[in-house]
Amino acid sequence: MRPVAFTANGTRHDLEIEPRELLVYVLRDRLGLTGTNVGCDTSSCGACTVLVNGESVKSCTMLGVQADGLEITTIEGLARNGELHPVQQAFHEHHALQCGYCTPGMVLAAVSLIDSGAATDEAAIREGLEGNLCRCTGYHNIVHAVASAAGAAS
Amino acid sequence: MIPAGFEYEVARSVDHAIELLGQSDDAKLLAGGHSLLPAMKLRIARPALLVDLGRLDELSYVEEEGDTIAIGALTRHKDVAASPVLREHCALVSHTAGQVGDPQVRHRGTIGGSLAHGDPASDLPSVILALDGELVARGPGGDRALPVREFFTGVWQTALQPNEVLVEVRVPKLAAAGWSYTKMARRAQDWATVAVAAVVHGNGSVERASVALTNMGATSLRATAVEEALVGGASIEDAAALAAEGTEPPTDHAASSDFRRHLARVLTRRALEEARNR
Amino acid sequence: MTAVETAPAFVGTSVKRREDASLLRGRGTFVDNLTLPGTVYMVVVRSPYPRARIAGVSLDAARAAEGVVAAFSGADLADEWAGGLPCAWPVTEDIKMPPHFPLATEEARYQGDPVAVVVAESRALAKDAAELVEVDYEPLSSVAEVEKALADGAPLVHEDLGTNECYVWKLETDAVQDAIDAADVVVTRRYFQPRLIPNAMETRGVLAQVGPTGEVTLWSATQTPHIQRFALQLVLGIPESKIRVIAPDVGGGFGSKIQVYGEGPIAIVLSRRLGRPVKWTEERAENYVGTIHGRDVVHELTFAATNDGDITAVKSVAWCAMGAYLELVTPGIPLLGAWIYSGPYEIPNYSVTFTGVFTNTTPTDAYRGAGRPEATYVLERTMDALARELRMDPVELRRKNFVTEFPHTMASGLTIDSGDYEATLDALLERLDLESIRADQSARRASGDARQIGVGFSTYNEMCGLAPSRILGAIRYAVGGWDATTIRFQPLGSVQVVVGTSPHGQGHDTTFAQIVADQLGVDVDDVEVIHGDTASSQLGMDTYGSRSLTVGGISAYHASQKVVAKARKIVAHQLEVSEDDLEFEGGVFSVKGSPDRSMDIKAVAFAAHAAHDLPDGMEPGLEETAVFDPPNFSWPAGAHAAVVEVDTETGDTRLVRYVAVDDVGNPVNPQIIDGQVHGGITQGIAAALYEEGAYDEEGNLLTTTLASYLVPSAAELPSYETARTETAADNPLGVKGVGETGTIAAAPAVVNAVVDALSHLGVTDVGLPATPERVWKAIEEVRT
Repeated sequence: MRPVAFTANGTRHDLEIEPRELLVYVLRDRLGLTGTNVGCDTSSCGACTVLVNGESVKSCTMLGVQADGLEITTIEGLARNGELHPVQQAFHEHHALQCGYCTPGMVLAAVSLIDSGAATDEAAIREGLEGNLCRCTGYHNIVHAVASAAGAAS
Repeated sequence: MIPAGFEYEVARSVDHAIELLGQSDDAKLLAGGHSLLPAMKLRIARPALLVDLGRLDELSYVEEEGDTIAIGALTRHKDVAASPVLREHCALVSHTAGQVGDPQVRHRGTIGGSLAHGDPASDLPSVILALDGELVARGPGGDRALPVREFFTGVWQTALQPNEVLVEVRVPKLAAAGWSYTKMARRAQDWATVAVAAVVHGNGSVERASVALTNMGATSLRATAVEEALVGGASIEDAAALAAEGTEPPTDHAASSDFRRHLARVLTRRALEEARNR
Repeated sequence: MTAVETAPAFVGTSVKRREDASLLRGRGTFVDNLTLPGTVYMVVVRSPYPRARIAGVSLDAARAAEGVVAAFSGADLADEWAGGLPCAWPVTEDIKMPPHFPLATEEARYQGDPVAVVVAESRALAKDAAELVEVDYEPLSSVAEVEKALADGAPLVHEDLGTNECYVWKLETDAVQDAIDAADVVVTRRYFQPRLIPNAMETRGVLAQVGPTGEVTLWSATQTPHIQRFALQLVLGIPESKIRVIAPDVGGGFGSKIQVYGEGPIAIVLSRRLGRPVKWTEERAENYVGTIHGRDVVHELTFAATNDGDITAVKSVAWCAMGAYLELVTPGIPLLGAWIYSGPYEIPNYSVTFTGVFTNTTPTDAYRGAGRPEATYVLERTMDALARELRMDPVELRRKNFVTEFPHTMASGLTIDSGDYEATLDALLERLDLESIRADQSARRASGDARQIGVGFSTYNEMCGLAPSRILGAIRYAVGGWDATTIRFQPLGSVQVVVGTSPHGQGHDTTFAQIVADQLGVDVDDVEVIHGDTASSQLGMDTYGSRSLTVGGISAYHASQKVVAKARKIVAHQLEVSEDDLEFEGGVFSVKGSPDRSMDIKAVAFAAHAAHDLPDGMEPGLEETAVFDPPNFSWPAGAHAAVVEVDTETGDTRLVRYVAVDDVGNPVNPQIIDGQVHGGITQGIAAALYEEGAYDEEGNLLTTTLASYLVPSAAELPSYETARTETAADNPLGVKGVGETGTIAAAPAVVNAVVDALSHLGVTDVGLPATPERVWKAIEEVRT
């Protein structure tokens, strides 16, 4: 077991964890942040995407011990004072989720994409979401939601 | 989805990492983790000790040194892609770094990790190979520079010794040379089915070119037959027809070996044309 | 007494989904998010061989490992099973139905067949211990392809059956062969539709808890809590009355979460034995072999036609992979398409034959569309082949053969209630701008551009809304096809709607509330929808086959009517008028001609609850249940077109445009309909261009991860252009199913487009999926 200290959604956590524990399981099993979902075992689907120091990262492809000293934002930490983040709101308005399983990862990937300034047009948004798979929506409404949120942010 | 157990140490310096590597017969370096951790999750890889280089911020840089650009091994793909120095002087590297994996991979994955993993389907090995770059490894005896042509020795195999750390990647400035990285992949996030890195010298024509192939064999490969034909005055089309010579490409879900040979010829022609015009 | 006396306030509008509030905040209740005190974790050990004798299972090392609570082989648990995992659809009298238990005991018959389980204090420790289970496998010869499985001397998946042929099923009108013999033109084409792996983003999972008196609670990532409860009694011998199945938030299903898999019963047995809750979460690698696949069908389709393009007969002969066992509806999947091999066309002579075949592969079962994409694919591809043969425009050939009058009884025997196929086609052409596509195509052909474009069509109809119980009985399905809704006014006027359908992304919380709110004249926010828990919803047949709206939704309508009828009696009694003198509008009963004499339905609810002044003999409360058994299937239809760009040098094919016009009857929530269409189309496009579950000859799955089985991302796809035509279905809401339309229509449209792009080169077919390599080979073949 090794000590690790990081911030999740603004709260500091000091934990003793096994080195082999993936960040996604540290978040889910130790912190109860079950909004971050596991969708595959090959870093392909992006369902487990969180923000690490503000940038999208697949939390299944990072060890919990690697998070030492870093700031993690999960889907639970995105809404502020009960108000949905603009990307969450746009997903709601545009019906960009159906079963909702890929949604937390998709939303955080989109937040990172918009924050990086890369969500400039539809093609760039589609390219920027290449690491997140959704089986329900066909992406149409997701892409339009992200475009709308990106427009609102700029 | 859950790796087998292992020991874990954080390297405080490159020398410390080298020392830690010496403590186990089965140690692996952890950089961005985007090649190693997926293999560990499926328990294809199960090292006894992981030495985490992630805290060595001093290995994240892109610097000009005369006609050469030095890139710290722990520079993440997104930083390589965004580097103003590379975009101005060696855009082949920055452009290709922006094509690796997906944004999440590029936020964590590093150029050194990608090269040291020695995956013949990876993009950056071919690019460094086409550039005749140099890789700097540090071991107990100090630094040594390896020409990239000697670096890749087999599938997931490199010339790095078990107690060496890749610390720097050195590439020449391109000056007036044209370049291309022409990649075909089934999906955007996938490894290249085949890709071609080309650097072309000549003024609107091709006097000389270096061409490297991704996923056409056990390692990234130089298409020497193409290069020689071009020097001998062959047209792009004729030279590109030689792209698959001497290659033994794999057969997998994405393509058969025969189809890869065909793609290598088409993509080499397109890469040379694009490089000539760029 | 008319049904709806006011214009609907909510139905027909895009009410935003109430499901989103929790899902967007990461507060979904997916099974793996649920843990009870004392939970232990189960890992399943699976056969790595397509077929092997299990000579022995040694669990000693696993049992001795850190954190391990228990480990069991198939033999250890064999006495627990009151019956095998059920197959509910023995499609013929002489179908071969091999026994299928949750754990294999003597022989593993496919790669992924469960052979042992390990339970430990954490998932990591369970995983570690599972590696220590030593199974002595003796590999046996195996077979993975249907045609090879039927060959003489083929390895037998079930030795004792003496054959790999599971069944032969036939539906034929008289004189089909005469019509073919007499035809001006006969076109026969052969197609292979490879395996598709459903890949719901949430894998399967269960959490089982058995209480001290034997009561069972199973949280399951399932589409079918009611079917699970029923089946669990059959498998475990525990009375249904003691079983509660909860489908919490479920992360997609697409048919793959209908079945009764072994892990649920195993987890229940282990929970009973260990006295602790047992959780199992499928890993994605496991999902590829352990959850059902779709498709894997070889077809030979024949059209007979006149020189003018009138199609006179259709004959389909198909060989359908069952896999190694029969899951819940495995043998019946082809039958779901059996009646629509004539599609939206009037074809008088009709013949369909299916041969079900066992192979040493993961069982097949329902994957989005289930039988209907298979039928529509071969039909729509062959329409294009016939058009080429006749030198007719493929659009005009379709139009010429459309059914034009409804109701229409097809040669296959079923009756389509409604539709206007020409209208959907016209609406499609209006949006498509075919002329400029053809101009672009001609220009590229003339200039010899490496990148050619093509356009492909698919005009389809679909039989869904499963299903009339009498018909199900007639085709040997074990249970009924009705569904149920209970509507309960709470005393102070809020409404609970308990439905028997079980959504997993479809938005029932929102759409059922829309329907009921309109019927009761209350605000949509006063209506709560409850589902997915057999304790609260006793009656239900769950969600699959685009049935939730056309069966469950209609039951919600009827339950609403029953509530209004009872309320009307109460109001008539209290206002001392006859029921006929009452109008009901906007939630208010009023006396005709005296609008000041009125009573709000919420007030009626309170009066019904207080019971101070009810008609003699009336029971207190305002709650009604309606069970609706549909008299017919639902018949959506549409016209789709795909435009692709094909790189003729590399074979790389990209979808450029996709235009879909569907008739799904009256819309309840247009935005949700569009979402279903987008998702359905995408799975069809994926089948056309990307996805393929490939086995080697022995039955080793080659595409075992999301890195090798290519579910497309946003980067591979364009935005879609969708529109609707609306012909009201013959039901009180005029609605039709929409869950599967896109998947049914899209694959042939896309492949027809690929062939069209290459037709000037002489290409007439490209196999599925149209990968760069297959496209390249198709071009090479006609060149040489």
